Amino acid sequence: MTALELRGIDKRFRAVHANKAVSLTVARGSVHGLIGENGAGKSTLMNVIYGFHRADAGEIRVQGKPVTIDSPQAAIAAGIGMVHQHFMLVENFTVLENIVLGAEGGRRLASGLAKARDELTRLAREYGLEVPLDAVVSELPVGLQQRVEILKALHRGADILILDEPTAVLAPQEADQLFRLLAHLRAQGKAVILVTHKLREIMAVTDRVTVMRHGAVVAEVATRETTPRELAEKMVGRAVLLQVEKGPARVGETLLNVDHLEVRDLHGVPRVKDVSFALRAGEIVGIAGVAGNGQSELLEALAGTLQPSRGEIRLEGRDLVREQLDPRARRRLGLAHVPEDRLHMGVIRSFSAQDNAILGYHDRPAYNRGLLVDRTAVRSDCEQKMRDYDVRPPNPKLSISAFSGGNQQKLVLAREIDADPRVLLVGQPTRGVDIGAIEFIHRRLVALRDAGKALLLVSVELDEILGLADRILVMNGGEIVGELARAEATEERLGLMMAGIKAEAAS
Amino acid sequence: METYTLIVLLLAATIRVAAPLLLAALAGMFSERSGIIDLGLEGKMLGAAFAAAAVSAVSGSAWLGLAAGIVTSVALALLIGYACITHRGNQVVAGMAVTIMVAGLGPTLGLAWFGLGGQTPQLDGPGQRFTAIVWPWAKTAREAPFPGLLYAELLSGHNLLVYFAAALVPFSAWVLYRTRFGLRLRAVGENPQAVDTAGISVTALRYQAVIISGVLCGVAGTYLSVAASSGFVRDMTAGKGYLALAALIFGKWRPVPTLGACLLFAFTDALATRLQGVALPGVGVIPVQFILALPYVLTVLLLAGFVGQAKPPKAIGSPYGDK
Repeated sequence: MTALELRGIDKRFRAVHANKAVSLTVARGSVHGLIGENGAGKSTLMNVIYGFHRADAGEIRVQGKPVTIDSPQAAIAAGIGMVHQHFMLVENFTVLENIVLGAEGGRRLASGLAKARDELTRLAREYGLEVPLDAVVSELPVGLQQRVEILKALHRGADILILDEPTAVLAPQEADQLFRLLAHLRAQGKAVILVTHKLREIMAVTDRVTVMRHGAVVAEVATRETTPRELAEKMVGRAVLLQVEKGPARVGETLLNVDHLEVRDLHGVPRVKDVSFALRAGEIVGIAGVAGNGQSELLEALAGTLQPSRGEIRLEGRDLVREQLDPRARRRLGLAHVPEDRLHMGVIRSFSAQDNAILGYHDRPAYNRGLLVDRTAVRSDCEQKMRDYDVRPPNPKLSISAFSGGNQQKLVLAREIDADPRVLLVGQPTRGVDIGAIEFIHRRLVALRDAGKALLLVSVELDEILGLADRILVMNGGEIVGELARAEATEERLGLMMAGIKAEAAS
Repeated sequence: METYTLIVLLLAATIRVAAPLLLAALAGMFSERSGIIDLGLEGKMLGAAFAAAAVSAVSGSAWLGLAAGIVTSVALALLIGYACITHRGNQVVAGMAVTIMVAGLGPTLGLAWFGLGGQTPQLDGPGQRFTAIVWPWAKTAREAPFPGLLYAELLSGHNLLVYFAAALVPFSAWVLYRTRFGLRLRAVGENPQAVDTAGISVTALRYQAVIISGVLCGVAGTYLSVAASSGFVRDMTAGKGYLALAALIFGKWRPVPTLGACLLFAFTDALATRLQGVALPGVGVIPVQFILALPYVLTVLLLAGFVGQAKPPKAIGSPYGDK
């Protein structure tokens, strides 16, 4: 039985043809995956289904009947619920207030809230969705906030549930919980659409999968009849390597030495506790850990944007902490940094690509002519970087925010690598980056290693750590709980260590 | 005894000064809770003050004056709404523009219609003003200093609009925290996208909020020209709209704390009036200018140091919808 059917959905935004005659059929009691690279048209399609955009052509059928969806209200009425990637929650409201918003059941709140409370207790029992109804949303962990979103949709009687990149913000354990919940919803006869670009999720929970590329559907298959490799190729439109090929590391002298480092946050709470390690030329050291376990603070302390409260950071013998060297001074010494949060620390969103391509190095003589910036040099330098790193579109004057995440990241990498650092700190290099670009970025990082540089890689993606690192340090609660050589590391062992179980016990 | 009477009279004056401030601050609360910065408070009040006085002078009815004040203020509010909600204009600019426009338009129309140098005619006919309502036995109660004088001066003897303002505080709190409209209003100022995805029109909600702000500013303006004084004079709001905005921030966008802030500002204002020309022991006569600046100095000090972090509605100032 079909829950949702799209026929020939077509949508243009001026010059961009975002959806080209897209058809999609989702059965009741199934989880349907929708994958595609950023910009493939997935979000547009979902926004059409949820009434944010109106399709230029095409038909939407819900439970077999044609419907007109011109507003979220109409979508809700048709039994469609959506969990957005960025939660649509009012942060200073309680869970209960968030859930009833828009479905209050009367002008006065008291009776509606009481009724909703009963109904939600029932739903929570039925689906195993326990949520503290009177907690303020901003105080809940992201995993629970997501449950609130799901409850919100179910409370409105959604039979078709769309989840847009639901695991982007979740820790691995939280993601597993979500998948169990999705299986439960499927068993209850709901239709679930899972929008993602992570192949592992598609393989783990979906029944069927639709692949989109450049606004069109390029394949629809049963999940058990396909492979991640095949899906990746369909998404990108060519063969891709999911795993970078690399030879053994040729390790040289120690370049960076971290000794008993401690970093405290604004409230004086230690975020990095007594961390010591060495980074040598010609190797990639990966730092694994669930997000929020001190990796970010460690990275920032090394880059010079956070001041450690104790400990030493020595770069080829010079103590960066005692000398109080700022990030610029550190860059000059050959310590480059690709920040974790690209949009807040890596680029300035309102600047052009060419201006972003020299940030932090803008005082180099090559970019200046006397007091003035040498615009021609800056542009040709950016053009060169765009050629070398395959940044598309290759237009240095375009605002950086007009580029996709992958292309922004390639430009940031180009900036830091071209500066010829001795040590490169890299945080989440492929967050929000397409598969095609991931492959490219990984190859570049390995090439940098082979050129005798030292790389410190912080990533919450275990696949990435396992694929790139020669040695792996695991952080939990601000401490390094263990170190594994790549050969000894498995997903299970790392997972246990990330959960705080020490290396010896995990082996 | 003498001091006691003085204090009671000072408090009574505080209430009279606080009333328009409170009306304007609550007006601002509804608008800002929906995410629209209300820098038009001053202008809407001033426009209402002019319209109310003019209509009352011509028609002889304070009630018609009040209606005219409200209609004018709502019209100005809708103008701001049209610019900021429908056309995603800058809220600060729109509010200021309306205020500046009204500051010039009122006296100009006044001059054209009444020829009195931009003022409206004196409201001295019967029923042209909202006058003090004397409660039963207030006259006799006055004889007994306590609690009679308190009853006579603080509870009794204010005009209708003062009581309206007082009643508005619990009513606003009820609307904001106990009704569906209040829930949606608070939500739309925090996260309009959440409201939109919940199937509620952000535009309609914000227009409603802006209209409520218009109505309340209308009452506030009418109070100034038709209740507290007897006619409109140029710039008669004298920054009260901005002071109300400060009280709203000081009150953290909540009705009861905002009432407290309004009372505090009104008290310094009443005190300043009392202190004019009075020689203080050891200090002598304080210059009038300094005393008049007191409420504003206090505002700056309070907002800078003592309030702590005033967290505005998260989405305030940002237009919503497709570009």
